[in-house]
Amino acid sequence: MPVITYREALRAAMSEEIERDPNVVLMGEEVAQFNGAYKISEGMLAKYGPKRIVDTPISEAGFIGMGVGAAMLGLRPVMELMFFSFYSVAFDQIFNNAANIRYMSGGLINCPIVIRGPANGGTNVGATHSHTPESIAAYHPGIKVVVPSNAYDAKGLMKSAIRDNDPVMFLENTILYGEACEVPDGEYLVPLGKASVMRAGTDISIIGHGRSIQLALKAADLLKEKHNINAEVVDLRSIRPLDVDTILNSVKKTSRCLYVEESKPFCSVGAMVACLISDQAFDYLDAPVKRLTSIDAPAIYSPPLEKLQLPSVERIYQAALDTLK
Amino acid sequence: MFADLSLNNGTLAPHYYFNLKAFPVTKKPSSSKKPEVTNLGYDARQAPINIKLGQDEKIALYRDMVRIRRFEERCLRSYQQGKIGGFLHLYIGQESIAVGCTSVMGKDDHIITAYRDHGHALAVGMGMNEMMAENYGKVTGCSKGKGGSMHYFDPSRNFWGGHGIVGGQIPLGTGLAYALKYKGLKGACMAFMGDGSVNQGAVHESYNLAALWSLPVIFIIENNGYSMGTSQERSSAGPSLAQRAEGYGMNWAIIEDGHDVLAVRDQVGQALKLAHDKSLPSVLEIRTYRYRGHSVADPDTTYRDKAEIEAYKSTKDPLSVFQLSLLAEQTLTTELIQKIDESARAEAETSAQFAEASPYPSLEDIKKDVYWEIDNPADRKSVGALFFD
Ligand SMILES: Cc1ncc(C[n+]2csc(CCOP(=O)(O)OP(=O)(O)O)c2C)c(N)n1
Ligand SMILES: [Mg+2]
Repeated sequence: MPVITYREALRAAMSEEIERDPNVVLMGEEVAQFNGAYKISEGMLAKYGPKRIVDTPISEAGFIGMGVGAAMLGLRPVMELMFFSFYSVAFDQIFNNAANIRYMSGGLINCPIVIRGPANGGTNVGATHSHTPESIAAYHPGIKVVVPSNAYDAKGLMKSAIRDNDPVMFLENTILYGEACEVPDGEYLVPLGKASVMRAGTDISIIGHGRSIQLALKAADLLKEKHNINAEVVDLRSIRPLDVDTILNSVKKTSRCLYVEESKPFCSVGAMVACLISDQAFDYLDAPVKRLTSIDAPAIYSPPLEKLQLPSVERIYQAALDTLK
Repeated sequence: MFADLSLNNGTLAPHYYFNLKAFPVTKKPSSSKKPEVTNLGYDARQAPINIKLGQDEKIALYRDMVRIRRFEERCLRSYQQGKIGGFLHLYIGQESIAVGCTSVMGKDDHIITAYRDHGHALAVGMGMNEMMAENYGKVTGCSKGKGGSMHYFDPSRNFWGGHGIVGGQIPLGTGLAYALKYKGLKGACMAFMGDGSVNQGAVHESYNLAALWSLPVIFIIENNGYSMGTSQERSSAGPSLAQRAEGYGMNWAIIEDGHDVLAVRDQVGQALKLAHDKSLPSVLEIRTYRYRGHSVADPDTTYRDKAEIEAYKSTKDPLSVFQLSLLAEQTLTTELIQKIDESARAEAETSAQFAEASPYPSLEDIKKDVYWEIDNPADRKSVGALFFD
């Protein structure tokens, strides 16, 4: 099977969907002539032309809102935010318009837009550029949220997101763009709302999303190597819809859960998952659900300190041991 | 030159109009980097604000531009050595704007800018040590290593950052002006932005607020022709960026000679006077050019050609142009030029050593400077948990 990067997987997914559906357009700052700030769309302008691959001015509220309006009339815009952090400039368009339009119209309108871009810290770009908005996004009924942790999922989820009839916030990761894995050629879909058990285990469920999964897999290796602990690693892949069954089944098997994510702790996805487990699997638990997040402060710039602020293999390993005590 | 709507009652005075395309590309790139002539578009030396400048003041303007350039060249080296993380946006080529604008500031005048902030910071008197240490993420940095190159601040010098979100600083600048007016101070705020920033809604909302409430704010567009890889004509509709002010009944002007520190002083000085005397806002579009990529990570090979950069450098380099003019009037000598240059290089080198030798913040520092109340526990009035695990 071909090994391709997360970046190439995203490009392949968008290209296949552009070829498949004349209503799909890719739009954003520097996506066309500059080939994308992170080169996700490299070569796409040359291949698909300026009608399908569109450079926008720096006007996030304007062009994201425009995408919402275009989606209402049946286009399937894929809107790139150069950094997902800039979603805050378009907050009203996303959370008042995209999220509510179907409801307020009594189901007369739907909004098949994808808003995508990197949503992560760890690259020393400071607090304004390092937001992780998955819990804020998923808070809003009407919005769907996906966070692929690897190239295979990135492609399959992107294709599903573009075909989805609801607004999808698709959170990528600059640190993962260059990471590669086996990805089959051609058509396959990863459905929204289906978690993936990345590693089977019996002693503890390490559940999470995004890049934290890559770290969790390494921590699980360490736990096995040093303590003969068999950790199960569950990648949610999508936050809303959320695969509650897979979460509960895993916890019922292992009786312990550590949730790992790069977000800040307050009202995080992990907080939601902990609540679901406590509601629906309380009797199976041998320990409180533990969460590992970024240290609760805006993203610090200082490169060595930012490393410490974020989840790391070492911190996950320690938190898992604490949960197993 | 400067349109004063309050005087003309809606009739605009003539402005500088200019070729809307990015700087004309000369077909044959000039090999020499230094202009042969002083290349002043009009003789800004004769403007009242400049005529009274003493020799020392002119030398200081020149020195400040040299210091910015040498500091940034040293930053670039450190970045290439892996000492600086994230982004590094260099101001090289635009020095005349920060220096010209800040040179007319009085005690109650304030500035705010975007992420390309090294020039403004040095121009208001911030030290190279604290700036370089910030780039290195050290605790001795101006923001204790928390903000990085894009997020310098020094309220004690009326410098309010250093902002990473394009256009996000403009409402803040408008708010600084509001506070000045509210407090009855005779001051103004210069709110700097790039040519790409003018298309953010927040900028337009600020224009309206400033005009509606007669706020003493000067919106300064540093038009270097590009927002990242997008040329101005590919991002902005309308005849010019500054002219959008007309829609709000605001004063506006285009400064074509943005490379000329004295021209910048002249025009900004007029806008500042309008803000001080009549509490009127203005939009100034200053034509300039950046020599380096958008940030150091930008390979700068796709959206413009080297000839365009060389053409600008060879005729309009702000340092060379001013240097030639000062040499001609014998304010500068070749010895003094050399001395200024050496001392700027040494200062930059020292700052790199200072940054290198400084410690990083501690793990505990991550949670400091988040809440005023946590940093001032004796004065805390709220109760309950502010931080979570
Ligand atoms: C809201 C927002 N959108 C996009 C960006 C990414 N970005 C940073 S600088 C920049 C170009 C800005 O160009 P301009 O305003 O002309 O300023 P210059 O860089 O030329 O000084 C872009 C797109 C950002 N930082 N914030
Ligand atoms: Mg620009």
